[in-house]
Order: sequence, then C-alpha cells, then structure tokens
Amino acid sequence: MKRKVVSVLLCAAMVSAMMVGCGGGSAAPAEDASAEASEDASEEGGTITVGFSQVGAESDWRTANSESMKSTFSEENGYTLIFDDAQQKQENQITAIRNFVQQEVDYIVLAPVTETGWETVLQEAKDADIPVIIVDRMIDVSDDSLYTAWVGSNFKLEGQKACAWLQAYADAKEMDEINIVDIQGTIGASAQIGRTEAFDEAAQANGWNVVGQQTGEFTQAKGQEVMESMLKSNDNINVVYCENDNEAFGAIDAIEAAGKTVGPDGDILVMSFDTTNAGITDTLSGKIICNTECNPLHGPRVAEIIEKLEAGEEVEKQQYVDEGIFAYGSDVPEVEVDGEKFEVTEVTQEVIDGRAY
Amino acid sequence: MEKIKKITSMQLFLPIVCLVAVLLINVITTPGFFKISINNGVLYGYIVDVVNRASELVILAVGMTLVTAASGGQDISVGAVMAVAGAVICQILSGGEVSVNQIANPIILAVIAGVIVAGICGAFNGFLVAKLNIQPMVATLILYTAGRGIAQLITKGQITYIRDESYQVIGGFIKGCPVPTPIFVAIIVVVITMVILKKTALGLYIESVGINGDASRLVGLNSTMIKFLTYVICGVLAGVAGWVASSRIYSADANNIGLNLEMDAILAVALGGNNLGGGKFSLAGSIIGAFTIQALTTTLYAMNVSGDQLPVYKAIVVVVIVVLQSPVFKKFMATQKARKAAAQGGGQ
Repeated sequence: MKRKVVSVLLCAAMVSAMMVGCGGGSAAPAEDASAEASEDASEEGGTITVGFSQVGAESDWRTANSESMKSTFSEENGYTLIFDDAQQKQENQITAIRNFVQQEVDYIVLAPVTETGWETVLQEAKDADIPVIIVDRMIDVSDDSLYTAWVGSNFKLEGQKACAWLQAYADAKEMDEINIVDIQGTIGASAQIGRTEAFDEAAQANGWNVVGQQTGEFTQAKGQEVMESMLKSNDNINVVYCENDNEAFGAIDAIEAAGKTVGPDGDILVMSFDTTNAGITDTLSGKIICNTECNPLHGPRVAEIIEKLEAGEEVEKQQYVDEGIFAYGSDVPEVEVDGEKFEVTEVTQEVIDGRAY
Repeated sequence: MEKIKKITSMQLFLPIVCLVAVLLINVITTPGFFKISINNGVLYGYIVDVVNRASELVILAVGMTLVTAASGGQDISVGAVMAVAGAVICQILSGGEVSVNQIANPIILAVIAGVIVAGICGAFNGFLVAKLNIQPMVATLILYTAGRGIAQLITKGQITYIRDESYQVIGGFIKGCPVPTPIFVAIIVVVITMVILKKTALGLYIESVGINGDASRLVGLNSTMIKFLTYVICGVLAGVAGWVASSRIYSADANNIGLNLEMDAILAVALGGNNLGGGKFSLAGSIIGAFTIQALTTTLYAMNVSGDQLPVYKAIVVVVIVVLQSPVFKKFMATQKARKAAAQGGGQ
C-alpha cells in the first residue's frame, strides 16, 4: 500500500515537472513577439520600464543601493521601476527576471546574489531582446553577450587611493617609518583581491615595512582575533590597513584592549574601506583615520547607460562608479593615482548627515 | 615501566600529548608565546588568547560530547543556534532598533529569552532524533540550514549593534578583574555539567543509552527521554556560546556568529579520544580537544602564516592527530612493540 502511494506521488511529480518544462519552452517565441510590441508601446507612452532584481536588504549598503535605484528611476524622471527583493535567494531572482520578461519591461537591472547559474534565464531575456545591466557583483557566464553592461566598484583603485593617501599623510606628518599590517578580507572575494593587490604594490613601491598580513574574513570577530595576535608578535605597528569597516571595528577593540590608542595622536592609525554609516562616524572621531568609499549609488550610472542605449549608442561593457575618499582632518587635500587626482573629503557632521547611507 | 604503561594507556594521554605538541611548536617558532604580563590592567599574552578564544568552543564541545555519547550522532546545528540566540538577545536589548547606544531592556531578561529559544531549538532536534528516530545528522541539518535564516528574520536582515558597555562585559572583562569573562563562563559551564554528571546517574545513563539503547530501555531506563535531554542541553549550551560570541562583538551578526563552529566542536570531541559512534565519553578529553584546536589557530596566527594557506596547515595537523589516535594505528603500534619485545627476548 505504502509503495503504491509513493509511486503515484512520483508519477504526479514527474508529470508536473514535464508540464512546467514544456510550458517554459513554448512561451519563448511568444515573448519575442510581445517584446517588440512593448518597445513600440514604450516609445508611444514616453516612460521607460525598468525591472530591478535586488539581492535583499542585508546591510546599510544594500539599502542605500536600493534607494539609489528607486530615486533614479522615478516617475518624474520618466521611468517606471518594478522592484523585486530576492531575499538572498537566486531562485527568487530567476523568477523575478522571468516575470520581467513576461511583463515586457524595457530594461532589466540585476544585482546578482551569486556569480554562477545565470545562463538560462539571461538567454531568455536575450531572446526577448531585453538588455540586461548587471550591478555590484560580477556574473560568470561563458557568453558575455548575455548582458549589456556591468556597473560596480573598482576595488583596486579604492586600494590605490587609500595607499596614496597613507604615503601623502606620512610625508605630511614626517613619520619616520611605516610598520603596517594588512587585515585582509575573505580570501578570494573580489574586494579582497583588488584591495590586497593595491596594498602589496604600494608597500613595495614606498618601502613600507609590512609586519603582518592575515585574513579577517570581513568580520568583526576575526578582525579582533587577528589584530590581537599581531599586536603580540610586533610591538612597533603604527598603521593597520583593514579591508572593510567591520574588521576595523574589531581591530580598534583589540588595540584598545592591549592598552594602545588609535587616532592621529595615538599609537596606531587605522585605515578602512566601505564607509558605512558606523564606519564614517568613527572617522569623524579619528578612530578610523581614513575611510575609502565603496559607493552603493549605482542608479545614476545605470540611468546614463540606459539613456545611451535609448539613443542607439554603444556602451562600454565595464563601468565603474565614482567613489570618494574620506579622512579625519585636512592634512592631505588630494591624492594622485596613475596621474589622476582625487579629492579627499574631510569628515564633518554635515558630510555624514548629507550622505544617503 | 608498569607506571609508564598505565599512563600511556589512559584515554586522556594522547589528547594531552597532542595539545602539548602543538604548544611546543611555539617554543621554537615564537619564543614570546608563553609570556604573560599585565597590560592595561588585564592579563595579556598568547596563552591568555588561546584560553579566552576557546571558551565558546569549550562550551559547545561539552554539549556535543553528551549528544554524541547518547545518540551516536552529532548536532550540526549548534553554530546556527548560536546565531539565533545572539539575534534574540540583541533584538530584545535594542528594542527593535538597528543600532542603539543604550540598552532598552534588562540584559538578564534578554539572555534568559535567548537561551530559552536556543533550548527550544535543541528540543526540536531532540524530538526529531529521540522520538521520531531520525538520523541525528539529518535531523539537525534542518536547523543548520534554516537557523541563520531564522536569525536573519529576527534581526530583519541587518546587523544589530548594542553599543552599551554593560553588554560587552560577558565577552570582555569585568571591571577590576584581569581575567577575560568568557573564561569564567566556560569554567562555570564545565563545572555545572561535571557536577550534574557525577552527582546524579545521568552520566552513566547517557553512556548506557549510547552503548545499547534497547538494552537500556529493557532494564528500565527511559532512553528516549535521555537522548532528548542531551539535545536540549546541547541547545542551551549553544545559546550560552552565542551570548558570549555576540557580546564579544556587541552585535548580532546572523551570517557570521558561530560560522563553521559546529565542525570545530565535532573535531574537539574526536580529538578528545571519544568514539563518535556513541557510548563511553570523556568530557575532559573534549575540552582538551577544544583547546588544541584554538591553540593551533593562535599558533598559526603567531607564525604569521598567510590567510590563504592557513586551512592547509590546520588540515595537516588535524590529520596527524586523528591518525595517531585511530584504533588501527594504536593496534599497529602495540603489535610492533610486542614484536620488539619478543625479538629482544629471543636474543637473550
């Protein structure tokens, strides 16, 4: 009896799976036709429909990223935005993209939760002639015609800016020597690779004494543990290069617990990345001496791409967002990387209040 | 000779040798490893770090040992349960805000709630394993995958910060006391568990249920209840560990609190010379195992091994220790010794 029930259930599951499979296949040509129709419709109506599949709302950064999209693609600017929160699940994102295709949007913007597994659904979007713009994380597809453009952060440049700032600051303050440790991010993450690469190059070029390099896995707990250990093996550390704000919080706790002080007049300078709200608040007090931005405001850059595409122009495949560098005090007004100058913003309460995140 | 044989045949002998061996590496590589000083009014040194950082692992290992002994399986959800407990505690303390500088509710209330929720998670696991007879690994897999999602739900997907000095005490220092508080928490947990196991027959019951559940039932032990109890204890202890871990970083980081710690806890039980198939157990062995793991991590930090190579060295040491303690290897050594003795005897 039991076996019979199981076999019936299995049959039912197989039949339904087949039906779903067939349904997907037959829908594709129909979408082709309707996509053309929607293009006509949008030209008549004057508004551009954008479908945005967001990862979730796991951090301040992410929330700011969503806000940027919502404010850029507003009704006043001539857009209709369909926003979908995937709650950290790729399945939800795939469903969202399929819905966008069915709703015949003009553009799809995707902030992918993972790198892989996008071929099928992006092919469906391509078949429907809907351009896809990837934001934030990169995707890993064999055929890069599946997406039109990518917008995100240039992690290496962030690192280069921070390193240039440190060298300029050391010159301005006439520091005798720089004994620096690098608390790396999660090994293999694109932010870690870019920021570490820039650090290694700068340390060699400027003759910094690198006394330690260890991963803090982008978390406060690990950052604290690693810093604790480094302080014991090296008494002379005067700069810490943390690859995100959470690690910096942990490092500061460890330094203070060891009876040392942080800040411009203290024993150790702490540098950080991301400029989250909590991070930049520590920059205001000087605990984090320099904080390089990882800009979540992707909206305007995506809008720029869409405008170009609307005008029939070619767009560059990889595009970076503009990112600032924030510091305590005004000892270094600007930094130079590869001949290009970047302004350094002195953090004040107004600067913090004026930021979107 | 007899005495040496007696010592080497003790269950705790090999775990202690392993811990000492790991520590001895430091005598050569990091001469300052054993130096302890008072810095900024508190104890300061690598050894202090090892004992301090191992606290959560010790607490988890105690629970894991009991679960392993009674059910012959492991609870792989403890790391996720830690995150749930941390999320509950921080969310109550913050009163629903994302980041607060002053606690909204009394700490004791939040901690009790957090530990109770962790206990409920343990009870859920216990129900599946003891009542429904599901394989422990499969039963606890449910909370292993869902736990962090639940924690995310509680914190609404954000990291909840409690920037209030009073909350940092349990993961930091009590004012005027030079010893890190997590060490006290670990000691209290171990002492209470030891007392319960020694003063009541619970320890004996757990072992007999683990060795043969059916036989224990036939002699009148409620084996279902005993298995269930060990899972509840394991959940409660995971809650305590989660409290310490979240207090260390004064926040509830649902994605990272206790991440992969369940594997370290299982490893600690194994390093302690315990049989992962259940039955007789040694709590002291597991605790030594936990310290060995943390000593290894701290040693590698002190040697400044680069981050991407760290897991390799860890794996090598673990393989060596596990092989040393495996029954086959022990038997091999015993026969070798016997042969040597026989050869010597023949030569006379």
